[in-house]
Amino acid sequence: MSTEAKSHVSETARPAVGGLRSSRRALSDRAIINIFIWPTLALLIAINVFPLFYSLYLSFTDYSAIANQAPVWIAFDNFARILASEQMWSVFATTGQYVLFSVVLQLLLGFGLALLAREKFFGSGIVTTLILAPMMLSPVVVGLFWKLMYNPTFGYFNYLLGFDNPALAPDWLASRIAGQPTPGLALLAVIIVDVWMWTPFVMLLILSGLKAIPDYLYEAAAIDRASSWFQFWRITLPQVAPLVLIAVLFRTIEAFNKSFDLVMGMTGGGPGDQTEVVAVNLYRQAFLGQWQTGRASALAYMVLIIIIAISNIYIRNLNKMRNQS
Amino acid sequence: MSNVTLQHVTKRFPGVVALQDVSFAIDDGEFFVLLGPTGAGKTTTLRIIAGLERHDGGTILFDDEPVDDYAPADRDVAFVFQQYSLYPTMSVFDNLAFPLRSPLRRVPVEQIRTRVRDTADKLRITHLLDRKTAHLSGGEMQRVSIGRAIIRDPRVFLMDEPLSNLDAKLREALRVELQHLQKTQASTTLFVTHDQIEALTMADRIAVLDEGCVVQMGTPDDIYDRPTTTFVARLVGTPRINLLDTARENGVLTVKGSSMELRALSQELPASFLLGIRPEDVTPDSEGEFAGRVALIEPLGVETILHVEIGDQTLLSLVPGMTPLRTGENVRFSIVPDRLHYFDNDGHRIQL
Repeated sequence: MSTEAKSHVSETARPAVGGLRSSRRALSDRAIINIFIWPTLALLIAINVFPLFYSLYLSFTDYSAIANQAPVWIAFDNFARILASEQMWSVFATTGQYVLFSVVLQLLLGFGLALLAREKFFGSGIVTTLILAPMMLSPVVVGLFWKLMYNPTFGYFNYLLGFDNPALAPDWLASRIAGQPTPGLALLAVIIVDVWMWTPFVMLLILSGLKAIPDYLYEAAAIDRASSWFQFWRITLPQVAPLVLIAVLFRTIEAFNKSFDLVMGMTGGGPGDQTEVVAVNLYRQAFLGQWQTGRASALAYMVLIIIIAISNIYIRNLNKMRNQS
Repeated sequence: MSNVTLQHVTKRFPGVVALQDVSFAIDDGEFFVLLGPTGAGKTTTLRIIAGLERHDGGTILFDDEPVDDYAPADRDVAFVFQQYSLYPTMSVFDNLAFPLRSPLRRVPVEQIRTRVRDTADKLRITHLLDRKTAHLSGGEMQRVSIGRAIIRDPRVFLMDEPLSNLDAKLREALRVELQHLQKTQASTTLFVTHDQIEALTMADRIAVLDEGCVVQMGTPDDIYDRPTTTFVARLVGTPRINLLDTARENGVLTVKGSSMELRALSQELPASFLLGIRPEDVTPDSEGEFAGRVALIEPLGVETILHVEIGDQTLLSLVPGMTPLRTGENVRFSIVPDRLHYFDNDGHRIQL
């Protein structure tokens, strides 16, 4: 039975195989390249390139996506209005504080953790893995459960800080201590969560740099009577500097854009506009209230320009470092 | 410079004994070579002397003072690593100046500059001083790392196969330079190598290490002419020594598997032993008492290695220059009777 089936298959399959082979031969390398490239390119244009240029156009217009009206060309009015608005400057200032504090703290803590994680001790592998856990969570989830942690009545955070009377404890996300408004507290709370979440990422990058430094450099330095301070400044730091810069670059860009999920999950920009970073403000202008699509596009482009400028500074320094070593 | 003494040094790594009761003394100004195959414990010995590795037993003395509890910085040694351990982000000048700039030393800037210049002159790397080390060739890097060692006045130089990553020509050149430097500065040097030629050419004295034990210690002549074991006999000398299973009967030595018979020079030889003949002591000679067949010829220019088959045995013979002999020819040869080596079946030298 089985032999019968086999012979049957081989008889009918043979010409088909031959046909496939010849059609495969007919596909030139160029044809294969086209098959792969064009669908990707089409998709990219549809969902990336077109919106990019369309929003650039919209940023020069007065337009609302929910108003049944065609965009009206107003040139640089959107940009001018954003730059003239005091509220926008305060949003930028908040964002600046948020980016500065969270990136600096992440860098310091991440470097420290990386130096610790480099040492081999019992269970060091597990500990390193556990430290990495926060960055694998979704920012919305992180925001929600930190909201619980910060809760002044039953949250763990205040309890760990030593407050046992909820009436006297700080209400972090409402920016109040013992009922008194304390500006900056909510922003600090969000920064703490961002640091908690993304320090492991910085640690991971720096750790990979540290592990690439060969032991014999330190041994040579020890024999050359270099102090450990000297070893850190002259060997460790120059060797991991490029990775530190990459970590800072990544975190800066992300702190600008991706702070959105975290802030929305925790405070929604409040209380008032205390934690209203650019990303949140952008969302409000674009999708809440009047749907100011034109103005939101202009703001998005301004953020893009800022990020490109900052990235350029970093990348230039990175290249300078590469050329040196 | 100092003398260095190791007394009964033992080092265990998890699962292996790296060094077993290693003792030797290096005199002030001596070029001492540790020779042995990979994994013999040479580098471990060096690292223990430098203080990079802690030994489990025994004592290390510099000038008769124990240094066991000293950190590497306090031992005042200079170490040349096998992987040119240069600081990659610094220039050659900064690399050379690095040991002098240690806060523990406080060398004035002017003096640093002159000493870097002197050292660079000695190693002929003056033109490289402004370069970053990443752009140097292997030979240049190793010069810089040797320079970093000789720029200060350490108690002892420790060199861990510094020439083994270089190509043959460079290795020879740097070997001569190192030897010259060591002699002119009369520096106490401990040099680790697996290359017997480096050991024989450079050393005042050699210690042969095998599996963590010192097998033999002596001048290059001692090691080459009077190897105490077949291990040492095989380790030094290229081409390798001929070791032949030999039986003694009624005052006649018979090499097993061949027609070679020699007159026994001594009655103290056991009935069965290993006969060692250096290739240079096997000479083609039309009047020679032994007959064989040329199996292979390796002409090296200055000398030629002949593989001579005699029965089941193949003897290596080293002759100067080129040879008129051809592969497959019959050949007569003689050996130098008073330069023979005798080893018992455990590989230990039989002293006659």
